[in-house]
Amino acid sequence: MLNYDLVVVGGGPAGMAAALKARENGVESIIVLERAETLGGILEQCIHTGFGLHYFGEELSGPEYAGRFMKMLEGTDIDVKVDTMVLDIADGNVVTAVNKKDGLLKIQAKAVVLAMGCRERPRGALSIAGSRCSGIMTAGTAQKYVNIDGYMPGHEVVILGSGDIGLIMARRMTLEGAKVKMVCELMPYSGGLTRNIVQCLDDFGIPLKLSCTVVATHGKDRLEGVTIAKVDERLQPIPGTEEYVSCDTLMLSVGLIPENELSKNSGLQLDVITSGPKVDEYRETEHAGVFACGNVLQVHDLVDYVTEESQIAGLGAAKFIKGEKVTGECVYTKGINGVRYIVPQRINRETDTDVKLYFRVGAVYNNAKIIVECDGKEILSKKKVKLCPGEMEYVTLKQSVISELPADAVINVRVEA
Amino acid sequence: MEKRELVCVACPLGCPITVTFDADGNVESVTGNTCKRGDAYARTEVTNPTRMLTTTVKVEGGKAYVVPVKSANPIPKGMMFDCMEIINKASIKAPVNIGDVVVENILGTGVDIIATNYAE
Repeated sequence: MLNYDLVVVGGGPAGMAAALKARENGVESIIVLERAETLGGILEQCIHTGFGLHYFGEELSGPEYAGRFMKMLEGTDIDVKVDTMVLDIADGNVVTAVNKKDGLLKIQAKAVVLAMGCRERPRGALSIAGSRCSGIMTAGTAQKYVNIDGYMPGHEVVILGSGDIGLIMARRMTLEGAKVKMVCELMPYSGGLTRNIVQCLDDFGIPLKLSCTVVATHGKDRLEGVTIAKVDERLQPIPGTEEYVSCDTLMLSVGLIPENELSKNSGLQLDVITSGPKVDEYRETEHAGVFACGNVLQVHDLVDYVTEESQIAGLGAAKFIKGEKVTGECVYTKGINGVRYIVPQRINRETDTDVKLYFRVGAVYNNAKIIVECDGKEILSKKKVKLCPGEMEYVTLKQSVISELPADAVINVRVEA
Repeated sequence: MEKRELVCVACPLGCPITVTFDADGNVESVTGNTCKRGDAYARTEVTNPTRMLTTTVKVEGGKAYVVPVKSANPIPKGMMFDCMEIINKASIKAPVNIGDVVVENILGTGVDIIATNYAE
């Protein structure tokens, strides 16, 4: 059995930032376990720019952003094992992993940071009628084919879902000479960032069809076309609105799901909305010494926010290892009236820090107010010119406010339109 | 007075910006932006729109097939496809480092195309 103070599961932006922050705060022995051949996670295939505007004040590509953290890691004594798959996190924070070189590894950790990221929702999760011909793939898979493997997966493309990866791939395929016919979005608004709609669709005249979905795929060996249809307010296809669109490729950008198999197997309960573990203000889960951050906790729009969150978790893990982390009576957070969820789900009353509450709204709002209340009393409110589901928002609770709330109090966050 | 509505892309906020022009077609005012970068974006967008170009270039003699590249600075929006043609014909010998120049001064824009990842 190996011994480490901190084991970080996953070497993407979240894992790297958490490990570095923990080291900075005095944690002596740290190991990062990464499943892929290199560190960097999904950033390696995100070759477009726009990463790091908040954190570095520069517009970097994904590999450049990841590269900076890899360089910082290289300058430390943090151990890294790539090509290593974590199989289990048992009671008492014993991590089991496997790789070709070491075989089976058992590591006793004082604390663990979960940073496994997320996966794309696959075709199987949607009920689209049609055969299993080739040419149907997630946008992220197509992104890997084009940007890492260097080949084009198709020439005439329809994209279902207006998530950011779908929008980015619409531009990428167009630049490489493919015809992107349309992006269909089930909801009446896009799930992607505004600037991606402007730069990836509007720039190239690619139509965004809102309240529209793919109801059937056609083709035997290779996709030949899809049938699209408009949907009603209950998101059901409207009979008579079907339209045939010829294409050889259907890309799906229909949502991301935190990859929490390890968390679930270790007995952690997941938040039904975020599909991530429930955490406190330092991102400690309901298991002592197990922290979670990045897309495994909640799906983020910006890697800069992943880094910020992971530094909170790294700092939390350091405090835990040194026996300085506050635990005890908690207050709980809840999103209501348009606010879908809040991270963190609980806050230690005697916490030593101000706490940002992160959340997403369930619809588009203009000139709205975010109101934070406890026991019918308003704690704070924040005006927002625009709120949309595609963009994560936050409000900051002062430490002094938190400490005055009674134990087990519920903090409600809501939208006032 | 002529007006043009834009969505700022300088950062993820996506501010709705209104640009008004005077009788000679010069920019008179920029409103709706929340920062200086929004003002600059709007002025460039209505006079000489530019974009960052990101794509990949073939790697010769390496483990990787391609390496990602970007324009070191934004290039004129209308030149993106012409630049793609040049980049698709180019290649770079491994090993590649971040910042290596792949195409110098592409199409006389004064902008270099540079690698954004390592390739062995």
